[in-house]
Amino acid sequence: MASVLAVSGLEKRYRRVQALAGVDLAVEPGQLVGLLGPNGAGKSTLVKIACGLVRPTRGRAEVAGAPAGSLAARQALGYLAELFRFPGWMTADEVLGLHQRLAHSRGAERERGELLELVGLPDARGTRVAAMSKGMQQRLGIAQAMVGEPKLLLLDEPTSALDPAGRRVVRELLEELRRRGTAVLLNSHLLSEVELVCDHVVIVDHGRVVAAGTPSELRREGGVEVETASGVRKFPVARRADVPGLVRELVAAGEDVFAVRVVTSTLEEAYLEVVE
Amino acid sequence: MTAIVLYGLRESLRRKMFAVVLVLTVGFLALYAWGAHAAFRDTRGFVGTGNENLDPDALTGAIVQGLAMFATLFLGAVLSVFLTLNVIRGDAEAGLLQPLVVRPVGRARLLVARFIGAAGVAALYVVGVYAATVAIADWAGGWTPDRIVAPGLELAAAVVVVSAIALAGSVFFAPIANGIGTLMVFGAGLIAGLLGEIGQAIQSQRLQHIARLASWVLPFDALYEDALHRLTVDTTGFAEYVLKLGPFGGSHQAGTSLLTWSVVYLVLVLAAAVAAFSLRDL
Repeated sequence: MASVLAVSGLEKRYRRVQALAGVDLAVEPGQLVGLLGPNGAGKSTLVKIACGLVRPTRGRAEVAGAPAGSLAARQALGYLAELFRFPGWMTADEVLGLHQRLAHSRGAERERGELLELVGLPDARGTRVAAMSKGMQQRLGIAQAMVGEPKLLLLDEPTSALDPAGRRVVRELLEELRRRGTAVLLNSHLLSEVELVCDHVVIVDHGRVVAAGTPSELRREGGVEVETASGVRKFPVARRADVPGLVRELVAAGEDVFAVRVVTSTLEEAYLEVVE
Repeated sequence: MTAIVLYGLRESLRRKMFAVVLVLTVGFLALYAWGAHAAFRDTRGFVGTGNENLDPDALTGAIVQGLAMFATLFLGAVLSVFLTLNVIRGDAEAGLLQPLVVRPVGRARLLVARFIGAAGVAALYVVGVYAATVAIADWAGGWTPDRIVAPGLELAAAVVVVSAIALAGSVFFAPIANGIGTLMVFGAGLIAGLLGEIGQAIQSQRLQHIARLASWVLPFDALYEDALHRLTVDTTGFAEYVLKLGPFGGSHQAGTSLLTWSVVYLVLVLAAAVAAFSLRDL
């Protein structure tokens, strides 16, 4: 099946700054891809090129088979910007209504109601944006991005203004999107969040992809700890496959073994390892 | 397209600045009615009726209406500038633009739709105020312009041109810089027109040439002067001479080529704005 987002050799230069230096990336239908990287790594530029806000200097980006930025590509995606605002005088219902018309969505009132329900704002239909908290506006922004059932959702820091309860709602929402087969490119600084929901993680630094894989692939085994009668014995270079041999050796040496733990690095440790 | 136009219209009408302009307009019209009433009464007193060389009502009517035209143009230009100064860069910096641009609308359509919304409000405002001033002059002195409809439309067209300039500026400049810049361009256009009248009075070919050039570069002044010209197009004698030296730029017939150029100019400015917007990273 063709990728919903296909990026190859993508470069972007802002005068003297090389924001992207040849990025290759693919997001498959229904896949939830987390985009990680330090500030200034080029993540937002990548997302902006995908949705046609920024023109690439070199390389290719396609959304649902159409060149990024074309009307066909924009028809297939939904986007939540890192910094966005809706006019304060509009109600939540009006914001979604406007985006339905722009996205040629036929979902009408039913879709607006469903989206507000999904993002946890079922009672905010008639609430003006100016009267909403930042978190409510962010949820409305996510609902706006989902108007028209896009094949690809580009979410740039969707939980930056949310409290823990709000983040949980977004996580559940992402799970729901996965069930529906919507592909998501999630740009986030919250590694724990990415680790929890994403199928695939891409780490970008200095405009290049420095690591990619599933969260479990990126996490590395970091030794074995064995709890014995004489205390916890650490074997920093041992791997899971070494466990039986280690246990045998310890038992042979007269140790009583109570527990064995294979130490794996967290995604955060793996991330820090590749970007530092 | 319609959705963006309606969005732009609602955005325009909901701004506090629009309410401020409406309040100022009511104040202006009230003062205008009072001043026009007094002007007609007083000039009849010192010129006297039945003067064969000078019709005091025509002279007073044309002068007060000319002043009203200047005030209307000024208010309309301020309104149009404030409605368009932040359409691109300002809205992009505020994060209002990106959610709209990524929709399958097209940047050109988005820009033109926003222009239609803002320029439409400004043009309707100018036509409304102009109609009110004509009605007031009729009420105060029983005087109506020689041409009633065309001057109002030309005044509205002048404001539409100013809107296009501000919109194009919004692609490149931050809102405050764009607002100041466009109002300075507007002022420069009016001053160039005034220079032309001074050049005509003192028979300076160079001043007239500069004014003519300015009319082509900034055709809103040519539209304004042509509108003034049409107010008294059938007036003759001493009144005609006095009116040509109007206090805020005299009347001057633009001619078909300059009026046609105004339309071409508007299209060119919008095309340049669309081209620049299409290439702009947001």
